[in-house]
Amino acid sequence: MRGQFPLKMAVGATAIMLLAAGCSGGGDDETSAADALVSIGIGEPQHLIPSNTTESNGAEVLAALFSPLVDFDADNKPYTVAAESVESTDNKVWTVKLKDGYTFHNGEKVGADNYINAWNHAAYGPNGNGGSYFMERVEGYKDLQSEDPDGDGPQKAPDPKAKTLTGLKKVDDLTFTVTLSEPFSGWRSVMGYTTFYPLPAAAWASEGVLKEDYEQAPIGNGPFKIKGTWQHDSKIEVERYDAYPGEKPKVGGVTYKIYQEQTAQYADLMGGALDVVTQIPIENLATAPADLGDRFKTSSNSVFQFVGFPTFLSQYSKVEVRKAISMAINRKEITDNVFRGSQTPATSFVSPAVAGYRENSCGEACTYDPAKAKAAYDAAGGPKQIKITYNADGGHKAWVDATCNQLKTNLGVDCVGVGEPKFADLLTKVENKEDVGMIRLGWIMDYPLMENYLGPLYGTGGSSNYYGYSNPEFDNLVKQGSAAPTEDEAIKLWQQAEDILARDMPVIPLRLGQNVFGHSERVKNVEVDKFQKVEILKIEATS
Amino acid sequence: MLVSKDLDMFRYFVRRVLQGVLTFFGATFIVYALMFANQDDPLQALAGERPLPENVRQALTERYHLDDPFILQYGHYMRGLLTGDFGISLTNRPISEMMQQAWPVTIRLAVFAIIISALVAVTAGIVSGIRRGGIFDTTTLIITLVLLSLPIVVLAPLAQLLFGVQLHWFPATAGAEPGFYQLILPAVVLSCLVIATQIRVTRASVAENLRSDYVRTARAKGLANRRVIGVHVLRNSLIPVVTLIGVDLGNLMAGAIVTEGVFNIPGVGFNLFRGIRTEDGPLVVGFVSILVIVFLVVNLVVDLLYAVLDPRIRYE
Repeated sequence: MRGQFPLKMAVGATAIMLLAAGCSGGGDDETSAADALVSIGIGEPQHLIPSNTTESNGAEVLAALFSPLVDFDADNKPYTVAAESVESTDNKVWTVKLKDGYTFHNGEKVGADNYINAWNHAAYGPNGNGGSYFMERVEGYKDLQSEDPDGDGPQKAPDPKAKTLTGLKKVDDLTFTVTLSEPFSGWRSVMGYTTFYPLPAAAWASEGVLKEDYEQAPIGNGPFKIKGTWQHDSKIEVERYDAYPGEKPKVGGVTYKIYQEQTAQYADLMGGALDVVTQIPIENLATAPADLGDRFKTSSNSVFQFVGFPTFLSQYSKVEVRKAISMAINRKEITDNVFRGSQTPATSFVSPAVAGYRENSCGEACTYDPAKAKAAYDAAGGPKQIKITYNADGGHKAWVDATCNQLKTNLGVDCVGVGEPKFADLLTKVENKEDVGMIRLGWIMDYPLMENYLGPLYGTGGSSNYYGYSNPEFDNLVKQGSAAPTEDEAIKLWQQAEDILARDMPVIPLRLGQNVFGHSERVKNVEVDKFQKVEILKIEATS
Repeated sequence: MLVSKDLDMFRYFVRRVLQGVLTFFGATFIVYALMFANQDDPLQALAGERPLPENVRQALTERYHLDDPFILQYGHYMRGLLTGDFGISLTNRPISEMMQQAWPVTIRLAVFAIIISALVAVTAGIVSGIRRGGIFDTTTLIITLVLLSLPIVVLAPLAQLLFGVQLHWFPATAGAEPGFYQLILPAVVLSCLVIATQIRVTRASVAENLRSDYVRTARAKGLANRRVIGVHVLRNSLIPVVTLIGVDLGNLMAGAIVTEGVFNIPGVGFNLFRGIRTEDGPLVVGFVSILVIVFLVVNLVVDLLYAVLDPRIRYE
């Protein structure tokens, strides 16, 4: 665990000091800091079912209610939490041993069945779980899906062949095995995601069918239990679960206040009605450092922003053209002026949130050099007009226009930013192979592995490889890395794969995300992790 | 005579209600068609920029009948609506439940705002109408000009920053279950949307009536100034103002998107905005259906109020 001992000592010392000072927090009765309630601002979650939660608001709340099998240390390496051990000899069959003593908030003991049933439900196609694709690697996943016979037509898809994954086997009450269809060295890290939380027996209406109202008051195995129910568009309250056997939280409860707009969160933070804002909106960034002083903080997250070159557009087919455009972009100027430091320049094809990240793996091509860029661009005969297409609902206009201005000045070309109303509209145009120019894209990791950037973004047929990049050599290296016997060997192979990207330049890395957060004077030790979640076990009240 | 008038009024009422039913179906049909036309991939909108797994797309498409042709979807929806079933949103929440939460808070906000604006506007309008060209009139003119030119996107955050964040007079946001105190600031901001127009209309109306024949007659009869203004001028001047206030009430319920966003009130405006953003047809049409009813009822009430204020008006 990261810094567990020094932290515990610090906490102990603080507690003693507080006790000595006879300090007591607010509230109806005399409460100590350890029982204090803190509030965190979020947006309305879409769902609170682990396997159907792929956005950060829901994941933030579930992280308090559930305890993951593994979590990640400062080097992004996994360590076990609810699991005693996660072992494999061949990276294909993984044995998960659970820690004894974990209970759900209704008193049920957490056992192997709770995981197996939850994962089967997650993977079963007709359940329509947003996180089901995490189970793709588990043996038997394909049999839980069904093909609609007439595509989007009116006919109903037949029921899938099977209801349970053949790859999940119970060994005893606290042990189960996960068999993957292909060896994957990073599977331990994958299991740290929200989708892999267990579900109690009380969650099921019948076998494989979740109770309709389970997500209104999810029963988990985590350090906090829900108080009352999910009050939609208003708040979700959780309180400390005293029977939790793991690391104890340092507050008595958390109120997740639901906001429609981040600016309202910030106003409440300033007005004293909210303790933590996990992402300070760009509108407030000009004044926030002065408003908050040392309570204004940043930490890195996994967001990776880039533009891709659709391979069907011949004007960008020369790698020299793509590299020249990249060199003509002054990333620092944009992150400083447009984003006011809330993002930092990206010079690699993966985010620093993963083990194996190397700074500037993109090399010269991501280094700002307008003179060289112009010469290379002219020599390669780059197009006279460059286009950048973006989705207009995501606040991208400012930096796209800034980038275009840089390209105009540095390359002497015409450049236009084209806003499509929504991301889906952008994708439709790409699918129809229209001349969209470069397309704006972004990625947030699901699990902290290089593979989670390399596979979906650059692999042939990758889920977010909208531009159609395909290089068999690259695919092969990523695959070899996934099958490598150890994580270190995997990283080596993945880094070789990343070097190919630097050569081929299928996309231009632009920016890395930052958590820009702030908190009130009532709380301390506020940290926001790479998944953009507040570290719920660390946050403390000051009095 | 009296019986005939009541009968006229009843006939008028029935005719308006029938018209209302037609308007209701027409409006919901148009809104549903517009949402359908705008909808290209609501599931992707829900997933944001994440790739949507094929099995999820398939399951959700069937659950929400997204692959049915327009007429089938509309028929399906209207059948539900007429039996009081508003359907479920794309995040699997019953829309009737969302309405139960959103409407009370929006109605409270809008009524509060309209009371504030009516009180201020009628008072200020009458005073400046009587003392045209005076200091009060000039000051009101300048203030209304400023208010008219300040869009709500500026006014709302400004008021929040000033009174909520810096002066701490009011809470910065109101939340889902606001009390009277929490609603003051948003209601005042919202009332600024309509207050300027109301003042100007009241002032013009009072000024016009002061010059009319019957006022001159009343004064010639030797009536006290208070009675001339209080009974004759006021009653006649309020007719256009009442119409305006009635229409404004509907506007405030539908048009509180910005105010509700800034003060974090999950009301009707917020839900409409969310529905449009996530291409959630049933959600938008559900709220619009109720809005249409609100507009119809308010308009009818305003028209009926005419008769109370002005006995000369007859319904045919």
